[in-house]
Amino acid sequence: MNVDRLRRVISAPDVSGTRYKLLEEIAHGGMGVIWSAIDTQLDRKVALKVLPVWDGQRDTPGSELLLREAGVLATLEHPGIVPIHDAGTLPDGRVYYAMKLVEGRQLADARAGASRGDLLRLLQRVIEPVAFAHSCGIIHRDLKPENVMVGAFGEVLVMDWGVAKLASTGAESGVIGTPAYMAPEQAAGQNDRVDERADIYGLGGILRFLLEGQVIPRPLAAIVATATAAEPDSRYASAVALSADIARFLDAEPVSVYRERWWEIVLRWTLRNHTLLLLLLAYLIMRGLTLFFLGR
Amino acid sequence: MNFPPTHYSAVREASSSEAGARGRAWDRLVAAYWQPVLRYIVMKWRVEESEAKDLTQGFFAAAIEKNYFAGYDASKARFRTYLRVCLDGYVANERKSAARAKRGGGAEHVEVDEALLAGKNLDEYFREEWVRSLFGMAVDELRALSEERGKEIAYRLFAKYDLDDEGHDPEASYQRLAAEFGLPATQVTNHLAWARREFRRIVLASLRELTATDEEFREEARALLGVSLGGSE
Repeated sequence: MNVDRLRRVISAPDVSGTRYKLLEEIAHGGMGVIWSAIDTQLDRKVALKVLPVWDGQRDTPGSELLLREAGVLATLEHPGIVPIHDAGTLPDGRVYYAMKLVEGRQLADARAGASRGDLLRLLQRVIEPVAFAHSCGIIHRDLKPENVMVGAFGEVLVMDWGVAKLASTGAESGVIGTPAYMAPEQAAGQNDRVDERADIYGLGGILRFLLEGQVIPRPLAAIVATATAAEPDSRYASAVALSADIARFLDAEPVSVYRERWWEIVLRWTLRNHTLLLLLLAYLIMRGLTLFFLGR
Repeated sequence: MNFPPTHYSAVREASSSEAGARGRAWDRLVAAYWQPVLRYIVMKWRVEESEAKDLTQGFFAAAIEKNYFAGYDASKARFRTYLRVCLDGYVANERKSAARAKRGGGAEHVEVDEALLAGKNLDEYFREEWVRSLFGMAVDELRALSEERGKEIAYRLFAKYDLDDEGHDPEASYQRLAAEFGLPATQVTNHLAWARREFRRIVLASLRELTATDEEFREEARALLGVSLGGSE
């Protein structure tokens, strides 16, 4: 008797009689298991998210969460959010949903060797779908590097909307999210205080992760500090505001959360106008040389 | 697959005041744990198989007689862990008594410190033996069920494909099985789907019986089945 084989027989979703044919398990998390599969009707690869066999029956809390996630994904049509194709119940009673199979890298891999500018632009593309979700009244609540995928063509996708909630809905009990990237009010279980700014905190955590091991200029450090401030009122009021400050930093403009000293203004102005300055310098040198030779 | 609205638990019923219910529960527990207990005694206490059988027999007899499991509290530990602690205590006492009987023979029991064997510690070893026992019982039940339902062919296909681990290329294997059993490949798929569904149902139902609470059931299921195995289907 091959025990591992039998374990797999029990754990694998039963897709008999459905349009899907299982390929392999590609991820295993607390919320569910993701399998790659072939949609035999459309002859394309998809990802199936199902709950573990002991947890996935209809009308259990786990299945409600999974269906809610499917509903959130269906609501959020954005290039930065993985599209959902189908949802339902498998013959073994487990609820599932099918989505686009994303073949790419995690943020940790995408970070390697990238310049600071590239990393900041990458973060901006993480912010875009989050800002879009916020505009739809949806908060992700579990933003962390592991939930960001960078596709084969550089597309950035924010994944795992399993614990997302509607901003307008009431408080839930318990702590939801991943501790290392969780806003203090969320970690404290004060779910009535959790709003879009909890996601700002998560984005700040991702920014800090992206900049690990780098020397961080003061204005950029101020952006990180503001995004990850302990008090929600001290953070950016919106994902768009955070993105705008990053854009300003990239363009060597003053950021909204940092008051520069005079020499920093000069330095920034110098950096921003370095072409003009070089031209001016070249002109002055030429002029000086001309005067020098004419004077002889 | 739906779970019954009230979950029967052999663990809870083992302490029932009703003799019939208590007897059925013990039958179930002994059937599920006999082999794991036997193998664990051999492994941990380094005794001959025959002595391990006597100790296993003695342990279950003492457990029934003294109602060992009445003191089990599901909020503190898994039943499997509790049973193992009881077992260690029982074997330790038995071996002390045996050593005393030999009067200074110096044959004190030696608790084996080299817990690691083939990369597994004793707890893992006991768990794996328990999974093997659980699956073995489920396979027997599936065989009986398929005979009862006139689906012997489904069981034979399951035994060939999943118990003997026919191979990892499903298409090729299904074709081979179809040729071997004289069936269309689609029927092989259908039969296997039925057998697997029933096997899954039986294992989960057994696991429910052998745990005391929903929470323990879920923890055990996660520990026993929540293993990323990969491969193709």
